[in-house]
Parts: sequence; structure tokens; C-alpha cells
Amino acid sequence: MAVKDYLRERFFPHMWCPGCGHGTVLNALLRAVEELQLNKNDIVMTSGIGCSARISGYVDFHSLHTLHGRALAFATGVKLSKPDLKLLVPMGDGDALAIGGNHFIHACRRNIDITAIIMNNRIYGMTGGQFSPLSGPDKKATTAPYLTIDAEFDIVEVSKAAGATFVARSTTYHVKEATEMLKKAISHKGFSVVEILSQCPTHYGRKNREGDAVQMMTGYRDNTAKLGSKALADNPSLIPRGIFVDQARPEYCQEYDNIIAKASRNRAA
Amino acid sequence: MTNPIKFLQGNEACVEGALYAGLEFFAGYPITPSTEIAEHLSQRLPEQGGKFIQMEDEIASMCAIIGASLTGRKVMTATSGPGFSLKQEAIGYACMAEIPCVIANVQRGGPSTGNPTHVSQGDVNQARWGTHGDHNIIALTASNHQDIFAITVDAFNMAETYRTPVILLLDEAVGHLREKLVIPEEGELAIVDRLRTALPKGVDYHPYLPREDGRLPMSDFGGDRRYNVTGLFHDMWGFPSNNPQVVRDLLRHLIDKIDNNIQAITRYKEHYLEDAEYIFVSFGSSARSAIHLAKSRRDRGEKIGVLELQSIWPFPAEMVREKCRGAKAVLVVEMNMGQVMAQVKAAVDEPGRVFLANRIDGKLITPEDIKKLLRVIQGRGV
Repeated sequence: MAVKDYLRERFFPHMWCPGCGHGTVLNALLRAVEELQLNKNDIVMTSGIGCSARISGYVDFHSLHTLHGRALAFATGVKLSKPDLKLLVPMGDGDALAIGGNHFIHACRRNIDITAIIMNNRIYGMTGGQFSPLSGPDKKATTAPYLTIDAEFDIVEVSKAAGATFVARSTTYHVKEATEMLKKAISHKGFSVVEILSQCPTHYGRKNREGDAVQMMTGYRDNTAKLGSKALADNPSLIPRGIFVDQARPEYCQEYDNIIAKASRNRAA
Repeated sequence: MTNPIKFLQGNEACVEGALYAGLEFFAGYPITPSTEIAEHLSQRLPEQGGKFIQMEDEIASMCAIIGASLTGRKVMTATSGPGFSLKQEAIGYACMAEIPCVIANVQRGGPSTGNPTHVSQGDVNQARWGTHGDHNIIALTASNHQDIFAITVDAFNMAETYRTPVILLLDEAVGHLREKLVIPEEGELAIVDRLRTALPKGVDYHPYLPREDGRLPMSDFGGDRRYNVTGLFHDMWGFPSNNPQVVRDLLRHLIDKIDNNIQAITRYKEHYLEDAEYIFVSFGSSARSAIHLAKSRRDRGEKIGVLELQSIWPFPAEMVREKCRGAKAVLVVEMNMGQVMAQVKAAVDEPGRVFLANRIDGKLITPEDIKKLLRVIQGRGV
């Protein structure tokens, strides 16, 4: 199938601003789904609220556009109820780690087979440019006219600490790399997190003098480096990209099947 | 075959009713005084291949059952007090996206953390208006275990029929009380299964286009029909829309699908109501005291009866008006500051004859409490 066969063209044009990175993430995600030859009927895309969350309307999967921060909780219900389904959960940084932070860490801990794609643009775009828990200090935002004083989360470190069994990071500049990571994440049996740095030239870039979309993407090229690369060794202040965790741990729905087996034996006895 | 006669808690009667109705998925979070519902389901559901999950919080458990419902399962959560407050956001989502689900709220004293281990009926209005925006809801209640069982079955049936969240408004006293329950035989109570689309493959399915009778056939996630579900106002494909006509039509549909069926939804019981001059309107554990008092007064020849409400929302105003017509006085017996009384006053021909017999200190209202007010109203002194 061609990538466009995965889109609901009826619902286009999309609502993202010119230069937004989220369309690139959608592109990488659909290519991953295509290359894995997944059946559209087997995929449920569950999203929360925000610019990133609107992605679920544009794809021709089962789509569940839910509440701000709560996508993973809805997805957990879908997955545990019907474990054969593939759950893809695109999220924004505020969606995933501010209002949805509790659901996020517990999905990691539970190791339920869901893929979380965190489109990190370090800002609340849909509401007009307020700082997020990923903005970091000394940033300008509509709610930080005197610059932010909040420290930022590191999504990779939070995911690792909370127990995610697959954790990766890429950027919209490295779209082929992102596609490969998404393929591995979707194929991984357990909770997988892929952080994709995604530019918001409209709100974040403009206010923080990071330039237009091209300049922001060039920034991803210049300010990141592959895990294990010489560039990263020479300059540890660069943001590392790559697969940080890829490990096997019992998956939640499979473990629950064991509970059912145990409970049925109890009942029979 | 297991013995159909049980001696158990009201919360367990709710569990038995839910399983009889076909519950397959439960998500919850520990909270007093509803926890026994989760505890018993954690054992019972996997025994029959169903799923139980303890989520990270009240919000998540409400969200999880909505997700599971979309895969075609009958779903439920249970909570109390603050947990009911936390679930309101997702209850609104289920109203808007029309997802069948049942929420048991075993009421305790509030506001806030309130009186966790003591009885109250203070969530009547929250059940109706807890989530933001205009919407409609069904809330059911019962005063004894046999009725809790039956009304729980009704709750699932109505959730599926009207594609709506249904609130089971129980309370601490009846939830923790132990008494007899006889489990009905299979087939004794009607079970409503989900209406699914029968459209042949290749014909466009419009998930949010109501049929003439207002019902919307569903399609399970994982099937051939791929569609969008959202909490935004949406068109017949489920796609977000702020077109004024679409917004108005959808809101009207959400209200009308329940209001137009109020007679089918209304549940109540009459106790000694025929020829009654004094009527107690009550529900839940309060109704037990009202019935007790009415019976002892009847034995002495006084014309006193009880109208026991088992459906509170949509409020059966016409029925209440009819039953209370001609009464010398109507005493609304409830454990709150008059939440049902306000509805009764609005419903009856002579609201000046409606009085509140309440108790709000965490103790179960007694026949003696009601008797004191009755004496005053009857002009027999304090």
C-alpha cells in the first residue's frame, strides 16, 4: 500500500501551521506502518489533546481522540480488552509529561504493549505558546514574559526510570532514522517510547529566536549526535539520539493471561 | 451448581448483578466505601475470562473502561466521593462520544475527603451535573440487595440501549449492609446486548448518524469499520466540527435520546401508597427507614405510604406529581440538604406541602428521625 492509503483525505487539509514538524512525524509513522505491512483494522491510534493529538483524525485506523493527557489510560483499556490490537499513541510534550505524567509513568511501569510517540516541541502550541515541562529554563513563552525558571524533564531519562522497555529519541530532521526507530518500537513487545524533537516555528521558534522551520531543523542536525558517536564523545553537551533501552520484560497483557489461567483453575478446583 | 441464595454485602450484590448482566471489563482504584466491588471483581472476572485492572488513579480507570467499551465489551468502574469528582471529566467524554459504561458511586459524606466511612446521599446533583456543559445522564439507585442486583442489570441494559454512562447511586449503608440475595436464574432477567451495525461491507458506515429511533448501532474497534471517536462536537463520521448546525443537532440528540425515553427509564416502587395521606418520597438506604415507619403506622391505621425512587435521573417528575397528588404532606427522606426535595417541589402541584426529613451527620436516618418531623407536620406537637 502507498502511504496515502493510510490517510483519511476527506479530513484534509490538516490544521498544523506551515513549518510544523508534526506532519513529518506523521510521515515517518505511516512509513513505519507501511514497511511493517500492518493491517489497518488492527491499529488503534489513541491521542489526547493538542496539536499533536489531531494526528489521529488524519489516519485511516481506528482512532480515539480523547482527553488532555489521558490517551494512555484509554489505550490501556483498549489494549487489555483486545490484546491483538496494535496501539499507537502520539502525544505532545505537555500532554505526555504534564497533565498526563502520571498515566505515562504507570504505562512505563506496567510494560503494556503500547507505542508512545512523544512529539516534543517544548511548547503548548494549540493554546498559543505557553511553556511546557520540556521548555527548560530561560525560555520565552506567553506565560513566561520574564523567561522560565522551570527545569525541564528529559523524556528518555524519565522513561528509563519509570521502566519503559524500549526508549528512543530522534528528530524531524532525521526522518529516516525516526522511521526505523518507530518500526522497532512498534514491533517491540512491551511499552515503547519514541521521543521525536519536532519544531514549532510559530510559537517556540519565533519567541526564542530559533528562526524558521528550516533553521530549527538545522539546529536538530547541529545540536544532536548519535549514541556512541565520536561527535557525542567529543561534545557531551549535544543531545544524544538513538535507542537507549531495548530489553525484554514480561508484557502486561500476557501476564494477565496467566492470571486468567490461574483463576480458571481455582474456579474448576 | 452453586447455591443461588447468598448472604452478602450490598457492594457484592452489585458485583453479582454486573456479572449477570455480562460485565467483561472493570477498571478501578481503591476508595472507601466502594472498594469491595473492585476486590470481588478482581477475583471473579478472570475466573470467566474477563479483565480486571487496578489503574494508577480514578481518572485513568474511567478512561480505561471507555477504551475497553469501544472494543465491544460491557464495562464498569466503581468509586466514592472524591473519586466520583475525579471521574467527571471522562464521564463527560462518554456522554459526548456516546460510549456505554456503568459507574457505581457508593456515596460517602462530602464535600472533599469528608466522612469516608459514613453514609451520605449528597451526590445526587453531582450525578446529574458533575461534568461540565449541557448533557444528559441516567442515575439509578436501590435500597436492598435484591433490588441492587436487579437495578445493576438495568444499568447495563440502559447503558447499552441509550449509549450513555449510567450512574449507580448506592450509599455506604446499603453497600456495607449484609442481607440475603437470591441470584435469579439465567434468563429470568432480560439482558440487553449492544446494537451493532448490520450494514454490509462496502456500504459507508456513519458511526454518529442516529437512526429514526435515535439509536446508533456501534462497530467494535478491531473490526472492518474504522472511524473516529472524539470528545469534540462531531459530524456523522465522528470527525470534529464546529458547524453551528452540527453542534446544535448533536447536543439536542444527547439530551433528547434520554428525555424522550423517560417512561422506559423510570424505576420506582410503591409501599402502602394507595390512599396515603402522608407520603414519604425516598431512595437508597433512607427508604428502608421510611418504609419501616410507614409500615408501623399503617399497622395503627394511619394512611402513610412510601414512594421509593429507583431512577433519580432523568427525574421522573410526571410520575412523582401523579403519585403525590392530593397528599396532605410529602416528606422527602434523604441524607443530604434536600437535593431530591428540590426536584419533588418542582414536580408536584403543591410545593408548599413538601418537607425535608433529612440527616446529614454521617449516621443513617432512623424511623425515629422521620417520626419527629411527621408529628410536627401532623400538628401533634414536637
